[in-house]
Amino acid sequence: MTIDPLDVPDVTEPYQPLPGRSRSTGFLTEPLRLGTSPSATVGPYLAIGLTWPDGTWAADEGVEGGIWVRGRIFDGADQVVPDAMVETWQADPDGGFPSPEDPRGASSYPGFRGYSRVATAQPPGEFAVHTLKPGRVPDGEGGLQAPHIDVSIFARGLLDRVVTRIYFADEAEANAEDVVLRGLPEDRRATLVAEPTQDGYRLDIHLQGEHETVFFAV
Amino acid sequence: MTGTTPASGLHLPRYLREPDVTRTPVGFPDYRSTGLRAPLRTPVDLPHRLTEITGPVLGEDRVKPEDADLTLRNGGEAVGQRILVYGRVLDSDGRPVPDALVEVWQANAGGRYRHVVDVFPAPLDPHFDGLGRVMTDSLGRYEFMTIKPGAYPWGNHHNAWRPAHIHFSLFGRAFTQRLVTQMYFPDDPLFGQDPIFNSIPAAARHRAISQFRLERTVDNWALAFEWNIVLRGADQTPFETEDDGDVA
Ligand SMILES: [Fe+3]
Repeated sequence: MTIDPLDVPDVTEPYQPLPGRSRSTGFLTEPLRLGTSPSATVGPYLAIGLTWPDGTWAADEGVEGGIWVRGRIFDGADQVVPDAMVETWQADPDGGFPSPEDPRGASSYPGFRGYSRVATAQPPGEFAVHTLKPGRVPDGEGGLQAPHIDVSIFARGLLDRVVTRIYFADEAEANAEDVVLRGLPEDRRATLVAEPTQDGYRLDIHLQGEHETVFFAV
Repeated sequence: MTGTTPASGLHLPRYLREPDVTRTPVGFPDYRSTGLRAPLRTPVDLPHRLTEITGPVLGEDRVKPEDADLTLRNGGEAVGQRILVYGRVLDSDGRPVPDALVEVWQANAGGRYRHVVDVFPAPLDPHFDGLGRVMTDSLGRYEFMTIKPGAYPWGNHHNAWRPAHIHFSLFGRAFTQRLVTQMYFPDDPLFGQDPIFNSIPAAARHRAISQFRLERTVDNWALAFEWNIVLRGADQTPFETEDDGDVA
């Protein structure tokens, strides 16, 4: 059943948390499918609404084990994209998420937020996220995923976000076991793997071209 | 019932994806900037695992009471038609999304953004910065007071004008639900020539258009527009049985 999202029934009961809920815990007695709101580009002026002074700090400044993950975003003409926004979301070093949606319970790792929002600004046209290296998290199929960061990229010229992941080159063994990486052609896996640097890791993202990054439909 | 099963270790929801026929594509040829930016290869399916079904908790500490009234900035009142914008944030199975951060940004009444790269020669308004933030309440409701944004030219094609719109950004509770979108106003004569609006498949365009609500206008003060926002909901089927083979 699809109902016009502009004309939905009044809400009378608060939301019930997702984990463990059954169909009967919602405020509606039968399944309801509302059409989702259409995505749209952030446009060129995203800095007005989406810039946070603390956006870069997925982990607090000075926290033990802090690393910088940096990179640039290139368009199909190999030009640096100077007006994109990058958001990252990841597990803490123990593999927990500071989110009540984690069925294992929300984790709380000191100095760690797990989320960042940064712009690519010129110069040097790169994004920079201060974070902690994520731990391995269960893949739901009896194994563990390799350490990874989920990434959303928003920009003028993208009508929806594009989603990718960042893996780490010094996790070769874990990467070889990772259910997502294993599903990709070998020559394309490298587009997701960040190389170590003096203060963390670096990965350039290519929206198009010969080295187009692997993007995911989520 | 709990969210875990012994076999797979974890029993996670799957967030429904809008079908192609009603989902906005990443690229759209008539919107020129997409040409060198929208990826050309088919995206790889990423099943929803722990990273995808969790998301940041962004709370009240990011929102000040004055962020809900964009008409008052720098000690004065913005120029333009005051409007109340309100609605509810739901997921696609009709469940309200409570305590969720909603960020908005927009042009001023003359169609000018307070941003260095906006060179449209319409005046800036010293009392309008175009930024608002609100939280949804326990029933997923939000509202803010602003001024109606103007249309603005943008050079995509000859005499290209963006229909009046307000940009919205929402997180929901899961990485999978993240949404950045634009709200339009009813019966805008500029819809027909705007490739950003028309990149939305025809069957879904009405979802992006707010509705005028006389009953919520504020007497002697402001007009009112209602816009409900729907994020992706989770497929509840996996919760029907303990061992249906649906794994995280
Ligand atoms: Fe705009």
